[in-house]
Amino acid sequence: MRVPLAWLRCLCDPGLSAEELGERLDLTGTEVERIERVGVGSADNFVIGKVMSAEKHPDADRLSVCRVDDGSGEPRTIVCGAPNVAAGQTVAVALPGAVMPDGTELGEAKLRGVRSSGMILAEDEVGIGGDHDGIMVLADELEAGAALTDALPIADEVLELEITPNRPDCLSVYGVAREVHAATGADLAQDPAATDAGATGGSPADSMVSVEIADPDICLRFTGRVFEGVGVRASPEWLKQRLTAAGQRPISNVVDITNYVMLCTGQPLHAFDLDYVRGGRIVVRGAKEGEQMVTLDGVERTLGADVALVCDADGPSGIAGVMGGQVSEVSGATSRVLMEAATWVGPNILRTSKALGLRTEASARFEKQLHPELALAAQRLAAKLMVDLCGARMAPGTIDVYPSPAKPRVVALRLDRIEQLLGARVPEKVVRRILEALGFEVQSAGDALLEVTVPTWRDADVQREADLIEEVARIHGLEKLPITLPARERAVGRLTPRQRLRRRSEDTLRDRGMHEVVGWSFTSPQALERLRIGDAPSLVLANPLSEDGSVMRSLLLPGLLDAAAHNRARGAGGVGLFESAHVYAPDGPLDAPEGSPGGLAPAAERHHLAALLTPVAPGGWRSQGRPADFYAAKGLVDALGATAGVELVAEPGSRPFLHPGRSAAVLAPDGGEIGWIGELHPLVAGAWDLEEAAAFELDFDALSEAAPGPAAYRDLTSLPAVLQDIAVVTPEEVSAATILALVREAGGELLISARVFDVYAGEQVGEGNRSLAIRLEFRAADRTLTDDEVAARRDAIESALGSIGGRLRG
Amino acid sequence: MPEAPARLTEIRGEGEAAIEAAGSAAELEELRVRYLGRKAELTQMLRSIGELPPQQRGPVGKGANEVKRALEGLLDSRTSALAASELDERLRTDAIDVTLPGDPPAAPGHLHLITETRREIEDVFLGLGFSVAEGPEVEFDYYNFTALNHPPDHPARMLADTFYFTDEVLLRTHTSPMQVRAMEETEPPIYIIVPGKVYRRDSDATHTPMFHQVEGLAVDDDITLGDLQGVLLEFARAIFGAERDIRLRPHYFPFTEPSVEVDVSCFACNGTGTLDRGARCNLCKGSGWIEILGSGMVDPNVLGFVAHNGYDPERVQGFAFGMGIERIAMLRHGVPDLRLFFENDVRFLEQFGR
Repeated sequence: MRVPLAWLRCLCDPGLSAEELGERLDLTGTEVERIERVGVGSADNFVIGKVMSAEKHPDADRLSVCRVDDGSGEPRTIVCGAPNVAAGQTVAVALPGAVMPDGTELGEAKLRGVRSSGMILAEDEVGIGGDHDGIMVLADELEAGAALTDALPIADEVLELEITPNRPDCLSVYGVAREVHAATGADLAQDPAATDAGATGGSPADSMVSVEIADPDICLRFTGRVFEGVGVRASPEWLKQRLTAAGQRPISNVVDITNYVMLCTGQPLHAFDLDYVRGGRIVVRGAKEGEQMVTLDGVERTLGADVALVCDADGPSGIAGVMGGQVSEVSGATSRVLMEAATWVGPNILRTSKALGLRTEASARFEKQLHPELALAAQRLAAKLMVDLCGARMAPGTIDVYPSPAKPRVVALRLDRIEQLLGARVPEKVVRRILEALGFEVQSAGDALLEVTVPTWRDADVQREADLIEEVARIHGLEKLPITLPARERAVGRLTPRQRLRRRSEDTLRDRGMHEVVGWSFTSPQALERLRIGDAPSLVLANPLSEDGSVMRSLLLPGLLDAAAHNRARGAGGVGLFESAHVYAPDGPLDAPEGSPGGLAPAAERHHLAALLTPVAPGGWRSQGRPADFYAAKGLVDALGATAGVELVAEPGSRPFLHPGRSAAVLAPDGGEIGWIGELHPLVAGAWDLEEAAAFELDFDALSEAAPGPAAYRDLTSLPAVLQDIAVVTPEEVSAATILALVREAGGELLISARVFDVYAGEQVGEGNRSLAIRLEFRAADRTLTDDEVAARRDAIESALGSIGGRLRG
Repeated sequence: MPEAPARLTEIRGEGEAAIEAAGSAAELEELRVRYLGRKAELTQMLRSIGELPPQQRGPVGKGANEVKRALEGLLDSRTSALAASELDERLRTDAIDVTLPGDPPAAPGHLHLITETRREIEDVFLGLGFSVAEGPEVEFDYYNFTALNHPPDHPARMLADTFYFTDEVLLRTHTSPMQVRAMEETEPPIYIIVPGKVYRRDSDATHTPMFHQVEGLAVDDDITLGDLQGVLLEFARAIFGAERDIRLRPHYFPFTEPSVEVDVSCFACNGTGTLDRGARCNLCKGSGWIEILGSGMVDPNVLGFVAHNGYDPERVQGFAFGMGIERIAMLRHGVPDLRLFFENDVRFLEQFGR
């Protein structure tokens, strides 16, 4: 909302600068986005002038040489290019030295040989309107030489306010003036809409037009007045200045009046050319599905069933509350005007403007639910202006269809409750003063109890005691509140084990040189195609910003690939990236229950941990690089398992985006699959311009569920363990897991760990074979083991290996 | 045969001189054989002691052993001294180029700045007695809007441009839905913060369609707006420095009443609005204050949705707040552009989260 300060000060002037006023409004709940200066840079050197003579320039057809009385006693010569300049006019003059709105300083100039010392001004030259067809002709009673600012606010400031959706009353200059009054105590002028114009006899309004609300669900009140003998012309400069400063383009007096009244009162109006209201009949109804009409902006629109229409006998004449129709548009030839001030049902207007993609100054106000009382106030102000500015005669009577008149709202306010909520007591007389300044009526209703009548313009926003307390708090001053901490006798802050594990897991990866990334939660269908999982069910957004972000990711990998590709394109080819975030999958149909879903979530959402490695070149002249192969990724998974205290098992298993021979499923101790590890399929890596890459992705929620509770003590220090290394030769296709399982079983309960520490394949073990070096740790809880006991276990292992064609070497 | 003791002195003198003069381990070994070997004169003397008259046996035996020990000791010390200097000699030839660079440190990893900031915020509130709760990002309209006092077709819904899956299911536009979820699950009192991702259908220089928030909720018998101010002052000082102040400005949120926005005094200009040389402070645009979050007292209508679980708005009251993690991080670290958080350029990532 743009509020021109010159206008605001006519209604409430606290004697503050724009900045001071802005700060006070900020601290009482009206946010000032910025303060803008409009018009000329300084009012100096702008004066009223009288054109004494205007003669054709000797050398230029379109220029006039004028002698202008600027009050100095010495007429000055001004060359003027406007077609409408004429002797006898009272005009606005810029003298040399004047600073124009664009910051340039006016100097003397020779135009086609004639010296011109000044400029006769058109509207757009002082930022008043858009008109450059001619100079402004001012009222004759103005005196030559008087400052132009006395007649026109040519230098103004505009407060740009951010009005919250609960305050449609502040989408009006008078509403803002009321806030200024409450916030500063400065006097508030009488409401410009408080007085009315008189009717001038003749046929009553309702004999010229009838109004029917066919659908009371879309219209609470419809009022109309009829004006005859309307002279449609340009508005006076003061009105144009206010509109222009407020951001509206002046059009003609009738249209400008509707806009001006909206800006002043907050109630949008619509003016019909009554001669084009077919059948002299207005019907308010919902549109028929597919019904069409052309709106004022010349666009033919096809309407849905819940759009509210203002129709005449032949069809739609306007989209209610949003935009009028071309059929009944006011034109230069209009002489009879039907002025509409209606109260529409806010939610319907919001739906309509969303459905049409058409948000107007009117709909932005109506959607916030205006009070029906405001319609008549706007009619009063508009009538005065129609009579004053258009020379119109107002037909007697106001058409007023108001099926269920609103009742005043009364809310009880307990003074104790104010203290309970704010933590500080506000004296009753302060409470009364604040509420009354805002237009509330306050009555005592017993001990520390007030009965507060809500003004109509706050009816949608203030309905409960808490709402009144907010009014008191914001005007009283939040800076007066105490600074305390909750007693919080029963509150204990701590992370859950899962939250702590999440932190430690992220730290584990970080400590292994990995960089955490944050990827978008949405991805593109193409990315899933490139991952060769395009057919997997996924959650699809109905209104994505673009197709690139139209599908919720079901795994973190695509974001990691995007990040790796981004960095590779910028010269960082070798990266280790990880992410810790949610992934999403459909969990049945996206149905919502009536009322509360009772804690259910609409989709299957899991927290994942994933990482991607590309090969890192050696960092020093003798250090090793970090490969991006299966085992590098598996090492990270093992580290995460160790962090969680969970023994994770990898077994052969692949995904469409992984190298089929170098990928594994990750299993939790209960055998459930909780993720995967693998080298990326070359086609997938290539699709992201990567040569080789390895990755893993784990379901962190599952990992966390598998994590054990507090560890139970085991005595590993009182008695020594026996360590033995063995080399097991088997055919190379026998997996390490198979061998270890066999070794563990044969080793019996004395064997507490068996770990592969070397792999060898070569001549010494024969073609087609390989040798795994395994370190065995034997231990008994109650005794020191003897060599014989250990040798027996070793023999058992050796004979067990025979079942898979294996043997011990050396 | 000369008198044995005199000969002993001679042997000792010769031996010691020879050992001192020896220049290699081999020479020393030779000398060991010559003076202490089986055929050595000293060894012979000790062996033939029994042939001497009884009164000489004592002095000769004692003297000979003394000489033997002395020569042995000298041989040992010379041997190790020579070995050490020979080792040094060998090591000197095994020299390296000490001017080549040393091994680089293990490349350090980094947490994302969002994670680092989120954890710091969590830790501040953990210390203030809040627990951390998390909830789904794909959310029901009911939790995101309706139960937060945004009835259908309420203009406040226009505040947040929303991503939808269906009419009833959306991407949460704020972390606030967890307020209602948490109150459905836990009876009062409740003190939680809710960090997480949120989504708005908006993308330009200052908006990304996904960002992160931390919600706060405290509901108890007697929580006041003054308590909100105290808690947020502690937070602001923990994150932005002990000298900071905060101020509350009235605002509007559908799910709080009264609603306030919270500003922290500017840490670039110390709240003065001007920098050292009188220039206007760019960070706070000369106002001395920077907006950091929105908050307010939980609206009675919101409590009404969970009244069955002990949240009768006449009996309990509380506050809620919500802040953007990226905004806090941008202010603290001077990050100029929101989009940097999601590019994942390692040159950005490496600057934070050690």
